[in-house]
Amino acid sequence: MTSHRTTRAALIDLGKPLRFTFDGTAYQGFEGDTLASALLANGVRVMGRSFKYHRPRGPLGAWVDDPNAIMGVTLNGRSLPNCPATTTPLEDGMQARAVNAWPSARFDIKGGLDLFHRWLGAGFYYKTFMWPDWHLFEPMIRKMAGLGDISRNVLEDYCADQVHDHCETLVIGGGAAGLAAARAAAEGGQNVVLVDDKPVLGGGVHQLAGVEDFAPRDWVASEAHAIEAAGGRILTATTAFGIFDHRMVGLVQNGPFGTAPRLHRMRAARIILATGALDRPVTFASNDLPGVMTIDAACEYLARYAVLVGKRIGVLSNNSLADDKLAMLAEAGAEVVRLNPADGAICALGRKQVRCVAQGRNSHKVDTLLVSGGMTPLVHLWRHAGGKLDWCTERQAFLPGAAPEGMVAIGAAGGTFDLDAALAEARAAGSGVPADAIPSRYKLTPLWPEPGSKGRQWIDFQHDVTLKDVELAARENYVSVEHLKRYTTLGMASDQGKTSNMAGLAAMAAVQGRPLPEVGTTTFRPPFVPVPIELYHGHHEKQLWHPLKRLALEQEHREIGAALGEYGGWLRPGWYGTGDAKAHIRQEILTARNAAGLFDASPLGKIEVIGPDAEAFVDFIYYNTISTLKPGHIRYGFMLTEGGIVMDDGVIARLDRNRFVISCSSSHVGSVRTHLEAWRQDGNDPDRIFVHDLTDHWATLTVAGPKAREVLTDLALDMDLSPTAFPHMTMRETRFAHSPLRVARVSFTGDLSYEMSIRRSKAAELWQALVAAGERIGAAPIGVEALSILRAEKGYIMIGKDTDGETMPHDLGFGVPRQKKKVAFIGDRSLHSVKANGARRKMLVGLTVSVGDKALPTGAHLVEGTPLQSVGYVTSSYDSPTLGHPIALALVENGTERLGESISVWHMGETRMATISAPCAFDPEGARLNA
Amino acid sequence: MQIFPCPFCGPRNETEFHFAGELGKERPDTTQEVAAPDWATYLYAQRNEKGPVREVWMHLTCSELFVMERDSVSMEVVGSGSLREGAE
Ligand SMILES: [Zn+2]
Repeated sequence: MTSHRTTRAALIDLGKPLRFTFDGTAYQGFEGDTLASALLANGVRVMGRSFKYHRPRGPLGAWVDDPNAIMGVTLNGRSLPNCPATTTPLEDGMQARAVNAWPSARFDIKGGLDLFHRWLGAGFYYKTFMWPDWHLFEPMIRKMAGLGDISRNVLEDYCADQVHDHCETLVIGGGAAGLAAARAAAEGGQNVVLVDDKPVLGGGVHQLAGVEDFAPRDWVASEAHAIEAAGGRILTATTAFGIFDHRMVGLVQNGPFGTAPRLHRMRAARIILATGALDRPVTFASNDLPGVMTIDAACEYLARYAVLVGKRIGVLSNNSLADDKLAMLAEAGAEVVRLNPADGAICALGRKQVRCVAQGRNSHKVDTLLVSGGMTPLVHLWRHAGGKLDWCTERQAFLPGAAPEGMVAIGAAGGTFDLDAALAEARAAGSGVPADAIPSRYKLTPLWPEPGSKGRQWIDFQHDVTLKDVELAARENYVSVEHLKRYTTLGMASDQGKTSNMAGLAAMAAVQGRPLPEVGTTTFRPPFVPVPIELYHGHHEKQLWHPLKRLALEQEHREIGAALGEYGGWLRPGWYGTGDAKAHIRQEILTARNAAGLFDASPLGKIEVIGPDAEAFVDFIYYNTISTLKPGHIRYGFMLTEGGIVMDDGVIARLDRNRFVISCSSSHVGSVRTHLEAWRQDGNDPDRIFVHDLTDHWATLTVAGPKAREVLTDLALDMDLSPTAFPHMTMRETRFAHSPLRVARVSFTGDLSYEMSIRRSKAAELWQALVAAGERIGAAPIGVEALSILRAEKGYIMIGKDTDGETMPHDLGFGVPRQKKKVAFIGDRSLHSVKANGARRKMLVGLTVSVGDKALPTGAHLVEGTPLQSVGYVTSSYDSPTLGHPIALALVENGTERLGESISVWHMGETRMATISAPCAFDPEGARLNA
Repeated sequence: MQIFPCPFCGPRNETEFHFAGELGKERPDTTQEVAAPDWATYLYAQRNEKGPVREVWMHLTCSELFVMERDSVSMEVVGSGSLREGAE
């Protein structure tokens, strides 16, 4: 037995000793210990250094309330920073180190900072380092600030499981009230989940002599058994860290050290809050010395871990709950010295731990000073859910007031501190059968910070905020609690002010001479305890976050060596062949220009608009007039936003009077479909228009090149392919392999081109036929990269690449509908705004460079004037294998009026010259297109 | 995470929905002269009310556009219904 371990039956397993180190020294603890309890058992008092003054600190609390004992912990090569020692279960082989202390918590070199505390008050850094520039000092100050260091090792497999769950009644807190409520609800037939943040259920019950004739441990076991027997579920080591909209409760379930916690998104029809209450510290001189802790914490250490924190214990309490607790400590062998708060101000004395407590002329040698300033109900989750708080004068605490829908607070969380009353209340809440309230026996004399009193009195232990800082803030008029918080950083540490907020509010109230409830509280925000960001992330990455869309012909492409990549959400062949990609792309372009390219264009949109009002609808949707289009014909057009900005471009084909197919850009299918649906249902008669997205159901294969007709001829389709019978911008329907086949003569390369759409299941058959036919005339598959260059040679744009969020159709050379179209269409009025008519609109142009020059960098700015100003930028730029020189597209102010002018192109400090030209660099007459 | 009731599919997570605007916004008749301020109001002005609101939402998974009544302060959802009925 180590010096502070008692023989009391507790929740640790003495048969399982665990070895660990703290700041390099080896210690032993037991299964069931926390890092803090094991260290206390070994007589270690100093477990950390404070944030600002590097004061020695030991645990003030025994669980989530503790602001002081924060450690970096390593186990089996896995390191986590900022682990609270009071909530980290001990494991064999752990190496713990106090954060913010070097070389150890006991001998911290920066401890000297404390000598300068007179100058380090609230706002010190803001005030001192203003001149000449805060940013000059910031890196140095930031290095001094902060807590633990992050390990650079990536934690493999550190991935939080995401569980989506629901229940009828969620009980938060597995103490006496929570267990009783969950049992009553489960036995009443409800689907119940009980969560408790500790590894072992029972809350404060283990401190008691007994519960309803049972030993505490037996009572807890029988309640838990009854809950599960009735179908309820119990999650231990699971913290409800936030309540979000519509009663979704975030639960973080912790596993062994170094493993990612598990997130449960629990949707509860009803929430019973049984989160208990915290024993709050008392504000007096040197109240931060190691050895000063709350009475409740000392009793938890004894009850759960068999650790008696001191041999000679001073006690300062203002409330009636202390009596039973002190009896328990005395029984375990401690000598207890009670101090009456009414007898005068208290002062703790000692260097690295409390040695003595003085009150007026009296002083008592003690090794521990236990304090209780009254109970503070844990109402964080209540506030997350939008519940109100009422000030209770008798209890000197904020209690749950008006309830959020579907929520009730019971037991200590609701201000009911007596066991019998809490149990009655819990059973009533669980079962829904009302019970008479039992009057409270809790008695308390207010004991709050006294402004103007002597000594350094800590309000926020973790952030080193003292009573004097609060007084200073008030003097400088930071009197609103939200301002007080931000100016002094009170309550902003990782403990989020669990022990300091009430003292801070009370201090501010006292300084201003206002009643405490008038000062109000700061906002309670999730998470209740710090959780790793990973918790929200989990498996939400890569394919599981954004699944790739797959082509029907993926296997066929792989077989011929396609280099597959993601383009607009689809996994598509970028090019074919291994090794030098540029050489393959170049060859594919030459193949397409000299013979024909076979291209899998399946992601192209195929959205049908059908119905008696379809014609009027597409006229309204499109910038261009579509109603004049004859069946079997195709038109190129734009869709605009109501702001007049080009949203998508593409072709629309008319199959018959009441049927159109919109071929929108591959990556815009989802947004175009939503856009069409929104306008169909809002402002139109949705029964007379149907929007049907067939993109995934039809594969589209394109043959583009001067020999494309020969390839199609080889398929022996039942159709006349002659240019007069089947001209450019028309569509024909025929059959291939007994399936309907739609053939569209449209081109994105500038050559004779056929787009063939067929049901997905027939895609492979058509592809094989095209490849076989193509081989005979030198045609071959081409990928997305080749197509991007082929289209740029022709000056064909890609929306979002060659346009931006200000581009209107007349900037792209399509000004006619803006002037002539008679019927209403989306974005029409915006095309006549002051901005749309502006004198300096960026317009689409081409750029050429001098013979021998390299391609311009995409994104380079076009600049002119003194000083130099950007008047546009390069949107697309490639080496053109067809033309044998670089080509580029750009957006430039008044571009179409400046053809032939030379302009400076600026990129990364270098300036080059280029000449503004028409966008189309290849076959401007269109002879090849109409072949 | 809120739960919204699609009149077509029933209650679903808010991530499946897309806000489509406040109910009652009329598109000006652009075949007639529309003054710039009126068009700007149509494009950009929102009532952005505090408390009970009636809005148009789309359930992205079924594409149903519908009217939802909710409270912009308490986040309580009162109910949802067809856009056609709601627009009357
Ligand atoms: Zn739906």
